[in-house]
Amino acid sequence: MSVRIQEPDFDVSSELAALRAGNKRVGAVATFIGVVRDLNDASQVSTLTLEHYPGMTEKALAQIVDDAKQRWDIYDALVIHRVGPLKPGDQIVLVAVSSAHRGESFAACQFIMDYLKTRAPFWKKEETPEGERWIEARASDQDAAARW
Amino acid sequence: MVRIIYLARLRDAFGKSAEQVDLPSDIGTVAALLTWLRTRGGVWAHELASGRAVRVAVNHDVAQATTPIGNGDEVALFPPVTGG
Repeated sequence: MSVRIQEPDFDVSSELAALRAGNKRVGAVATFIGVVRDLNDASQVSTLTLEHYPGMTEKALAQIVDDAKQRWDIYDALVIHRVGPLKPGDQIVLVAVSSAHRGESFAACQFIMDYLKTRAPFWKKEETPEGERWIEARASDQDAAARW
Repeated sequence: MVRIIYLARLRDAFGKSAEQVDLPSDIGTVAALLTWLRTRGGVWAHELASGRAVRVAVNHDVAQATTPIGNGDEVALFPPVTGG
């Protein structure tokens, strides 16, 4: 189980290779990659800056991954979340889960992402032609987390 | 002394990222701290008004209105999270 907060980009294929290295019982790896969009609420986004709360972020993500491990029979999980200024098309977040069969890794990956969206202390500020603005939390994200 | 951290929109609104405060002895919970900060008026009263979505963490754990706070604690105030 591994959680990383970092400014640099990540390489998905090397991260996935590391996740299942040495474990021949792994039969499934589910991944989610979040990417910066260039359009949000009808405005062109030039830069998306991600901020977090060091100390709490790592603790919250580790707790979410532990919860997933309790709920599903998974081998390993990885969360990488970038912070700092990002551009449209940049990768923001990677969640990867390995298990024997696909059901567990699909479900755990979705669970981790839904909980991350509502419980991990990250905030997004976007630059648009109208100026800078903090992105508001969405009720749909709360609904997505509540179903678990 | 309690260390208060302000994050994201609240840091911008208050113009500071952190402060050390000596709390009056009757301020012992998250709810009491928010009430006390509101008495500063202006942007403090506006941003922390009841009905505004403000989240609080005490020592890096999500806190509720009744969560106790005391000497040496780190209390963070922030808007609902928007990561991922």
